[in-house]
Amino acid sequence: MPIDRNGKDKEKFQQLQAVIDDKKGMPGALMPIMQNAQEIFGYLPIEVQQFIADELNITLSEVYGVATFYAQFVLEPQGEHVIGVCLGTACYVKGSQAVLDKLSEILHCPVGKTTEDGKFTLNATRCLGACGLAPVMMIGDEVYGRLKPDEVEGILAKY
Amino acid sequence: MDLFRSHVLVCGGTGCSSSGSAELIRLFEEDIAKAGLENEVKVVRTGCFGLCAMGPIVIVYPEGAFYSRIRPENVEEIVNEHLLKGRIVRRLLCSEAIEDETTTKSLDEVDFYKKQKRVALRNCGVIDPENIDEYIAFDGYRALGKVLTEMTPQEVIDVIKASGLRGRGGAGFPTGTKWQFARNAVGDKKFVCCNADEGDPGAFMDRSVLEGDPHAVIEAMAIAAYAIGSDQGYIYVRAEYPIAVKRLQIAIGQAREYGLLGKNIFGTDFSFDLDIRLGAGAFVCGEETALMNSIEGKRGEPRPRPPFPANKGLFEKPTILNNVETYANVAQIILKGADWFASMGTEKSKGTKVFALGGKINNTGLVEIPMGTTLREIIYDIGGGIPNGKKFKAAQTGGPSGGCIPASLLDVSIDYDSLIAIGSMMGSGGMIVMDEDNCMVDIARFFLDFTVDESCGKCTPCRIGTRRMLEILERITEGKGEPGDIEKLETLAKNIKATALCGLGQTAPNPVLSTLQYFRDEYEAHIYEKRCPAGHCKKLLRYTIDPALCKGCSLCSKVCPVGAITGELRKTFSIDPNKCIKCGSCMEKCRFNAISRK
Ligand SMILES: Cc1cc2nc3c(=O)[nH]c(=O)nc-3n(C[C@H](O)[C@H](O)[C@H](O)COP(=O)(O)O)c2cc1C
Ligand code: SF4
Ligand code: SF4
Ligand code: SF4
Ligand code: FES
Ligand code: FES
Repeated sequence: MPIDRNGKDKEKFQQLQAVIDDKKGMPGALMPIMQNAQEIFGYLPIEVQQFIADELNITLSEVYGVATFYAQFVLEPQGEHVIGVCLGTACYVKGSQAVLDKLSEILHCPVGKTTEDGKFTLNATRCLGACGLAPVMMIGDEVYGRLKPDEVEGILAKY
Repeated sequence: MDLFRSHVLVCGGTGCSSSGSAELIRLFEEDIAKAGLENEVKVVRTGCFGLCAMGPIVIVYPEGAFYSRIRPENVEEIVNEHLLKGRIVRRLLCSEAIEDETTTKSLDEVDFYKKQKRVALRNCGVIDPENIDEYIAFDGYRALGKVLTEMTPQEVIDVIKASGLRGRGGAGFPTGTKWQFARNAVGDKKFVCCNADEGDPGAFMDRSVLEGDPHAVIEAMAIAAYAIGSDQGYIYVRAEYPIAVKRLQIAIGQAREYGLLGKNIFGTDFSFDLDIRLGAGAFVCGEETALMNSIEGKRGEPRPRPPFPANKGLFEKPTILNNVETYANVAQIILKGADWFASMGTEKSKGTKVFALGGKINNTGLVEIPMGTTLREIIYDIGGGIPNGKKFKAAQTGGPSGGCIPASLLDVSIDYDSLIAIGSMMGSGGMIVMDEDNCMVDIARFFLDFTVDESCGKCTPCRIGTRRMLEILERITEGKGEPGDIEKLETLAKNIKATALCGLGQTAPNPVLSTLQYFRDEYEAHIYEKRCPAGHCKKLLRYTIDPALCKGCSLCSKVCPVGAITGELRKTFSIDPNKCIKCGSCMEKCRFNAISRK
């Protein structure tokens, strides 16, 4: 669905406006504003980047340059559930690649992309801080540890 | 504070939270109230205890009873038996905590903790990180008070210098010297920054300190600010660490409320405040100049040095940047003295180091050891050895910038210089253990894949060179390695190290060089014999059917997706290696174990 600044997305833009008004004067405000914007919209559509650029009196290319530099910023809408399989070193040596491959196969979805029905986004992440449970994945806020590839199908069925 | 006869400490670290410790806290509070003990027993949610593999962990004081892998249904029993009747529930204790039939060991007698020395982690798993009073009760902010009322800034720097403290973020630069440079620099404004970006993809030390003892970092940053003459600090922390960020926010809020941050701290004319900036998932932002660009709201690309940050750092002002763990040592050094700190460790590496121990090791978790401890002690005495009776192959330290330590060097002393001498490095504290099933060529490929992904692209040797190296490694692990590949890797590595702009590129070849140094035969087996000795690289596996075991049931040929298996019913079947895509389905299906993989 396209972004509609005066229609369905009006409230979100108002929220963003409030954030910008609050942070505008502080040194290095761009990143915190973009992080807030991503929280509000779920991603950073070009319209939102343009809005931030206008408000801060900088060029769109400056905003875009920052958005594309950092892995945290996503420019496309995310799936309803975001899956993050840990490919940190501790998980990798315990076979998390096989878990990720299995998910990619079951969901027919390459890593870093969203399924066609918009239900899942499949990501590889770095250490989630739960190496004691390696290999680990997260779906939303839920952590699944000591995974085996053949367990993931059953876990997905819960969503 | 009220006096309680018992404390129930429940781990609220990321590991234990992931295995359900929040639910345990709720149940303990509920059942303790039900038993009418709410004025006698206090439940505390702490940071990581270190032994995450055994989580969720619950410790009951004053006995120091060490319960592990506690399930919600165990809570009532612990409350009724232990807290009400004073009988430790032995069945639920961590097996290491059981001495014999009748006696149990308390926490510090357990093997995992015996050889450790907790300085940076002193409060982790001991206090409630969201309560400043508990930090203060454990001598918190006393060092700041002492510094502000009894010491000159130069005296502070002299103590830090004399202690021998070196940076825990990887490079090991002497902290006191760094502070001296910034103190000597001229500027109307100076900044104190904390690197909590924790870039190593397999490590969580800094996160655990922030989650378990955030005030220790805040207090140290205030001390550093006084020493160099700064009034503003920034903590740059990974956005992926929501619990750490939340606890930092709470801690900063409480410190402000108590007048420990803000104007005229301890009634002196010293003022200092702190802000949090969230990193956004770029490894290169752990590099100091890139981090400063990022705080300024720009793309996190490194700047050429000189000028050095001590003279021209954040917003072009004199700046110091230290790692979380470096800061976590500072207050203790001020309180206990430089000599106390320097009495731990080796001649050139003083104090302790925290490691996140992970991979193929029984006691995965967080350990803090005096410098100079041997790798063998970490792996076998503290880590409890390798699971499933497998053989230790190597430990990797320093993450994507580091190298591996093979079994022949298990007795190496863990300190900055010894690790450099054997081609690895201390790094920020990731320590990943690998066993005989891990392929060292694939591990090198794994790290290169990471650095290629994370290269910021600003300079050619790193952008293009690391990609070349990765392509070669990919070919080798896919069975397409050619004679000359090893030499090509070595030449590329040398050039990249010499010419890359920042530390990311300069250290990226290290995992390849160190695996080549100690496991060259594995590279050669891949290239010349098309064989992966660890049996890991999928494309190099060979599936074969043992005619002596095959009953000719034909099951395997039915599941083979590419029709690689042929044979006559009730006679033997065989696999055509040229057709086989190594999916492994046949091996899973054969009920007679006739199919093997090598
Ligand atoms: C690519 C790269 C990544 C780095 N990542 C980190 C990091 O995640 N955490 C850290 O403390 N230091 C990191 N460093 C080291 C910092 O640049 C800097 O040396 C350190 O934070 C200084 O603090 P210390 O002296 O207390 O160690 C990194 C360096 C490079 C080149
Ligand atoms: S070495 Fe790599 S990460 Fe560092 S500046 Fe050059 S391209 Fe960027
Ligand atoms: S499944 Fe096993 S026993 Fe049956 S034909 Fe294949 S190899 Fe032989
Ligand atoms: S491993 Fe897969 S492709 Fe190869 S023979 Fe067995 S079933 Fe067929
Ligand atoms: S490496 Fe996966 S949780 Fe740490
Ligand atoms: S998270 Fe609980 S022991 Fe580490």
